[in-house]
Amino acid sequence: MPDLVKLTIDGKAVQAAPGTLVIDAAKMAGIEIPAFCYYEGLTLQAACRMCLVEVEKMPKMMTACTLPVAEGMVVRTETPQVAQARKYTLEFLLTNHPLDCPVCDKGGECELQDMVFRYGAGESRYTEEKVHTPEKQFSPVVFFDAPRCILCFRCVRICNEGMGVGALGVIYRGVLSEIAPNHGDHLECDECGACIDICPVGALTSGIYRYQTRPWEMQHVGAICTHCGDGCKTTLGVRNNRIIRGNNRDHSGINGEFLCIKGRYAFDFYDHPERLQAPLVRKNGKLEEVSWSEALDTVANRFNQIRADGGTFGVIGSNHTTNEENFYLRKFAREVLATPHIDHHRTGDVTALVDALSGKTGRMATVADLYNRKAVLVLGADLAREHPLLSFQIRANYRHHQAHVYAVTPGPVREDKYAVASVRVASGGYFAALEDLRARLKAEPELVIVFDDSFKGPDVHRLVEFGESLGIPVRYICLVDYSNSRGALDMGLVPGEGGMRLDEMLAADLSALWVVGANPFKGTPGVPGSVARKARFLVVQDLFLTETAEQADVVLPAASAYEKSGTVTNTTGEVQRLKRAINTMGAKPDLEIMGFIARQMGAAGALGPWVPETVFAEIRRTVHGYDIPLPEIDTGGAAPTTPVNGRVTEAGGPRPDLIRSDHNGLFASGTLGRYSKVLNSVLEGRLDR
Amino acid sequence: MLYNEPSPLETRVLSFRFGLPNSATLDTYLATRGYEAFRKAAGMKPEEIIEQVKISNLRGRGGAGFPTGMKWSFVPRTSPKPKYIVVNADESEPGTCKDRVLMENDPHQLIEGCLIAGLAVDAHAGYIYIRGEYRYLIEVMDKAIAEAYEKGWLGKNIQGTGFDFDLYTHSGAGAYECGEESALLESLEGKRGIPRIRPPFPAVVGAFQCPTVLNNVETYCAVPAILRDGGAAFAALGVPKAGGTKMTCLTGHVNKPGVYELRLGFPVKQMIEEVGGGIRQGRKLKAFIPGGSSCPVLTAKEVEGATMDYDSMAQRKSMLGSGGVIIMDEETCMVKAALRIMRFYAHESCGWCIPCREGTTWLRKILTRFHAGGGTRSDIDLIGDLSRNMLGRTFCPLGDAAAMPTLSIVEKFRGEFEDHLNGKPCPFERAGEMVTA
Ligand SMILES: Cc1cc2nc3c(=O)[nH]c(=O)nc-3n(C[C@H](O)[C@H](O)[C@H](O)COP(=O)(O)O)c2cc1C
Ligand code: SF4
Ligand code: SF4
Ligand code: SF4
Ligand code: SF4
Ligand code: FES
Repeated sequence: MPDLVKLTIDGKAVQAAPGTLVIDAAKMAGIEIPAFCYYEGLTLQAACRMCLVEVEKMPKMMTACTLPVAEGMVVRTETPQVAQARKYTLEFLLTNHPLDCPVCDKGGECELQDMVFRYGAGESRYTEEKVHTPEKQFSPVVFFDAPRCILCFRCVRICNEGMGVGALGVIYRGVLSEIAPNHGDHLECDECGACIDICPVGALTSGIYRYQTRPWEMQHVGAICTHCGDGCKTTLGVRNNRIIRGNNRDHSGINGEFLCIKGRYAFDFYDHPERLQAPLVRKNGKLEEVSWSEALDTVANRFNQIRADGGTFGVIGSNHTTNEENFYLRKFAREVLATPHIDHHRTGDVTALVDALSGKTGRMATVADLYNRKAVLVLGADLAREHPLLSFQIRANYRHHQAHVYAVTPGPVREDKYAVASVRVASGGYFAALEDLRARLKAEPELVIVFDDSFKGPDVHRLVEFGESLGIPVRYICLVDYSNSRGALDMGLVPGEGGMRLDEMLAADLSALWVVGANPFKGTPGVPGSVARKARFLVVQDLFLTETAEQADVVLPAASAYEKSGTVTNTTGEVQRLKRAINTMGAKPDLEIMGFIARQMGAAGALGPWVPETVFAEIRRTVHGYDIPLPEIDTGGAAPTTPVNGRVTEAGGPRPDLIRSDHNGLFASGTLGRYSKVLNSVLEGRLDR
Repeated sequence: MLYNEPSPLETRVLSFRFGLPNSATLDTYLATRGYEAFRKAAGMKPEEIIEQVKISNLRGRGGAGFPTGMKWSFVPRTSPKPKYIVVNADESEPGTCKDRVLMENDPHQLIEGCLIAGLAVDAHAGYIYIRGEYRYLIEVMDKAIAEAYEKGWLGKNIQGTGFDFDLYTHSGAGAYECGEESALLESLEGKRGIPRIRPPFPAVVGAFQCPTVLNNVETYCAVPAILRDGGAAFAALGVPKAGGTKMTCLTGHVNKPGVYELRLGFPVKQMIEEVGGGIRQGRKLKAFIPGGSSCPVLTAKEVEGATMDYDSMAQRKSMLGSGGVIIMDEETCMVKAALRIMRFYAHESCGWCIPCREGTTWLRKILTRFHAGGGTRSDIDLIGDLSRNMLGRTFCPLGDAAAMPTLSIVEKFRGEFEDHLNGKPCPFERAGEMVTA
């Protein structure tokens, strides 16, 4: 560690690592230097001039946001000259600001308001006409009100540097300077909303949140995005039992402030008009709304009867439901229904990876590793589309640490822009490409290998052999879709001895098929088109009347991820907690539904209470690698799990053909995505052009 | 083409070819000791070239007056990166019009200056960034460059010296700010013309992230003379801390406005009276701007005994600047002059930093209203107060450039502001001969 630099800020002795900026050194010493354009992690601007401080022996005030600390430096942040500079800067800023705080989305959490409150003048001397331009809509998601813009260029930088998109720029000059979208009058971009979130004022606003509420009227609940497998923490703004906003301004969780369009906005399926609000039971061939007690009785009686008759049950679980729900479902299937026929749609071959790494520990990379490790090898996936957080992490690693990135993919990917090597491969060409890269990879100090479902079964073993042969520390990430694919596997939603697989269950003459939170009749690997139901009794728990639910005998309306509590495990095997943000009309959490069925069947005693915390305690006790520290996840963090350190074999042998990622792009999310207004509006907007 | 008759009081070192037949051609250039300095420099060590430039006391002619030899010595000559020569031909400072005559009448002198700079810092490519409005000059320069290539004065192995050098012109797009060196480099790289954070300075990280020498046209044009006749001879032409001559643009209310090459240290009074033929219609001097609109304005009294050099102007709390002298006679409305200047800066502010972006437009609006008779007494203080609070707080010197003349006018000519109060019409309006706004 290099020697610390000693300096004085406002009379306080401060020590900081060489290269630290005065603004950060002051922060560490508990001294706030106001700033608009400075933003940790983004390039320096020195544009707003809010951070001017006096530095002994310097002829003029200096911007603390660009000034590195120096030995013996004496900085003063609260002199009359500094105070005056701040006051004037704010006065200048307000000359053309509309001051429409009462109707501005940002009012109450606006950095300009806070700055003026703290450092500004009490009255205005500006009596001239203000520059005004009308509000513009850049995209279905992004609205822009130029007069409110303070030109801090945070939006431009987060889009360019953080997202790697570069969709925003500046046009005109001087007082007429204006933020503008990449396609003249509209944006074509990731629609991630990061620009809106980072805007210190109400200049960029979102089509979803604007004019919905005053910020202080919301409650904030930490949830985990239900869409892709990356598992971003999203803080939901809730008012009157409605989710109004998603963001992560407190930078907590594995994703910091990052969210893609799905995590930030696509919670909106929850109040889609087609959302199921009452149980349905098939009567005379038609699904009819019934009471919960009638529906639960129907299921429980039929299940008991099949048990009594010695019939066969098939159970299909979900990639979206919580660990607790998956755990309870498995226990239900194995202990109450006594069936080995249990499975779920697998989207990546985690089993093969764990198996290939048996005997080794600490080889599963985390989301943080992608930001910290010196080199990353991406195989197959277009991360920016399918795993936006992982792509963001790698980009940030490159920007901040000049990480070496290798992209070996079938098509062009965003990583190409900064990768040290980009290789295009046809399927089957991966190992040849890897051999070509061998010498360069060997020379790296360490490596994270990220692969998708292009690698399955024996290929995963071969890939691990390759990684292990490099002679450097290698960690791995097997990509999976959706918020809890990993959890579904870890909780054992896989066939027991002699159990049927997903495709076999669909084709079999089962006495009952129970589908919890999945839509297997549409798009199951190896089963083309839509499936006609074979099972004699079909029970489906879901949010919507999916292709599978349409054919059910009983449909039980389920709560979404934002309407229940529990835990989920992301693609890197990190566990995070979901907190219930709102209560649902009509629907119930899957755990509760299963608990009620068990109770009606008279079997609840064997399964224990259907309370998430109790089930999670049992998971921590019994599921390998889930004995994780609670404070970590209870404070909104993520705790990595440790997979079994030994051979994992699947009953009946591996079936790589059943493993298939849905490869959802940025604006898709399987069946659920179809019910998101924001995702649809973006897609429709693009079709119109 | 020349726009004015030369004056016998000139010392013609950079402009001695002006007026010769076909002065812009290579033939004329070669016949008048052209490229002699390059040949000489090609036989010298880089340090020796820089030493001559240091001895010459040449200071940058773009406005800031930074010693050129020292600037060149900052370039890490042994860096493995390519190095670049960049010519600042963005000449947009109001009152300044000397680079244009230098390029128009003697383009090869500039090319030779670039070649010598290239030898001095091991650069093999150069860019001449020409103000967008000077479109015809791009043609002039391109023609001279083509001629130089054709005759082996540019390109590979120039005149058998083993030295390679390529030179390109690059058009600006009409932004004064792109004359600021770092904004110029951004613009040259195809980006928005916004200044860069310094350090690092262009000598270390300049064009395309590479070490770069960036000088004004006139600065490069002085280099051939320095190498040809020796740095000491050049130094002797000027004053102790600043060598040589200055292309001086005499503008405003003089009888013979024009560009004149005068020794540094030339007396202001003699310049106005004898070089400029006195003030029009025998009127008296009211205000004097030494080097472009960015300099604080001096009163007639303040310029008494002044000479045209850095120290004399600094003593008077102004600057020699770019050599764009603006003479204002007693019929000039100083409120209108302040307004005209602020209109320029408000229009040219790049918009990057708050005090300049908002301050210039606010001041422009106050001055517009004030000049139209809508001013109040508190506005007078406000104009000064706002200017003072822009000074030293902006990202680049444009903010200072806007504040300094304004502050000096409102402080030195407060009475004229008071004369505009209470809805009174501009007292100079009737003269009908004020600076047009
Ligand atoms: C707003 C602004 C405009 C400028 N415009 C010019 C210009 O048009 N031409 C020029 O040579 N220098 C201009 N400069 C000065 C340059 O930044 C730089 O100092 C100069 O080109 C360096 O060359 P020199 O050392 O030869 O003077 C300007 C500076 C500022 C702040
Ligand atoms: S929404 Fe995201 S991708 Fe689009 S402009 Fe904003 S930051 Fe860029
Ligand atoms: S829109 Fe917001 S983030 Fe972007 S420059 Fe303006 S104030 Fe800053
Ligand atoms: S990256 Fe994945 S987890 Fe994060 S917000 Fe987007 S869809 Fe949700
Ligand atoms: S002072 Fe600021 S706004 Fe003005 S030109 Fe310079 S950088 Fe741009
Ligand atoms: S925070 Fe330093 S200039 Fe904006």
